[in-house]
Amino acid sequence: MTEQMTPARAEWLDEIYAVRDTQDQAAFARLFAHFAPRVKGFLMRSGASADIAEECAQEVMATIWRKAALFDPARASVATWIFTIARNRQIDMIRRARRPEPEDLPWGPDAEPDQEEVLVLQEETNKLGEAIAALPEKQRELIQKAYFGDLSHSEIAEQTGLPLGTIKSRIRLALDRLRHTMR
Amino acid sequence: MADIKHHLTDQLLMGYAAGTLPEAFSLVVATHVSLCDECRSRLGEFEAVGGEVMMSAGSVSMSNDAFAATMALIANTPEAPQKRYAKGIFPAPLQDYVGGDKDDVRWRPVGGGVRQMILASDGGATVRLLHIPGGVAVPDHGHRGLELTLVLQGAFKDEADRFGVGDIEVANEELNHTPIAEEGEACICLAATDAPLKFNSFLPRIAQRFVKI
Repeated sequence: MTEQMTPARAEWLDEIYAVRDTQDQAAFARLFAHFAPRVKGFLMRSGASADIAEECAQEVMATIWRKAALFDPARASVATWIFTIARNRQIDMIRRARRPEPEDLPWGPDAEPDQEEVLVLQEETNKLGEAIAALPEKQRELIQKAYFGDLSHSEIAEQTGLPLGTIKSRIRLALDRLRHTMR
Repeated sequence: MADIKHHLTDQLLMGYAAGTLPEAFSLVVATHVSLCDECRSRLGEFEAVGGEVMMSAGSVSMSNDAFAATMALIANTPEAPQKRYAKGIFPAPLQDYVGGDKDDVRWRPVGGGVRQMILASDGGATVRLLHIPGGVAVPDHGHRGLELTLVLQGAFKDEADRFGVGDIEVANEELNHTPIAEEGEACICLAATDAPLKFNSFLPRIAQRFVKI
């Protein structure tokens, strides 16, 4: 995988739309080349064997193809969305546990997301990534451990020291708008 | 949306986002998030952290035929139809466990007019629905671990506060409380514990062996 050839993260939206609207295999291949090895790497860091992580990553990518129409760019970046799919497949396939998911929000007729909202959310997600990268090493390691499943629930401290508080308000706006259009 | 005053903690949202909570707690979190836009957006933030952690965890090359295998997977896997129940007072994740809504719950008496249905028990944590008639108290109990109580109908009060529809009480070992259902409509709660409740009087302790609280 050549890093320098991959487009900026917000641009992955075009690939998702192409998969959703025209079942574009070339766009899907680009998503695959970028995300599948990262999903596999994440699953292995979380304790899966290479074989299981490979199989699970393929299933995650297949889910992305099938569920492209459900992706809401005003509420999550492509990386965030793929993470949630990977996490769910991991619980289902590797831990063999059931995963209760929140109720989907029904779409209103004019619920096409606002472009401005989408861009700001994607941008803030990138900023969050930069903020995490800039954390002191010990703190960053603790956060990674929590997501790799190396910390039990009771070991996750109430104060994680995460630089949060921005994306939340963007998602909240998108939810409010969604509920408004449903009325 | 109900007027929700009591929300999930960051600790629970992060654990749910990371996928490390026991199933019993995950069901309570997913049910509350279904009712609460505030916690849905906070969860979105913790999932964004997960996405960033995943993207920086390092790549591992896929096998040579991985893309073709995935396309075959897409072609060969039929869309699994998701069962949907009629809208009621239970959000979808809870309906999936009950097999329907309020009227489909298979209640069992636990004494004092209180009824319950155990929904899942896994990894030392148990989640149950409780039906508490108006004005009735759940016996005074402390916790050896964490207890989450989410109100779905009616309301209850305890030493800490009043909890109405959508509110969640997060209780730890320090809280010794006596929840009392408000007069009127019965209070229906979704409650998860990661240790057996310890009742503070002799009789309920005996009953505990039989009712699996």
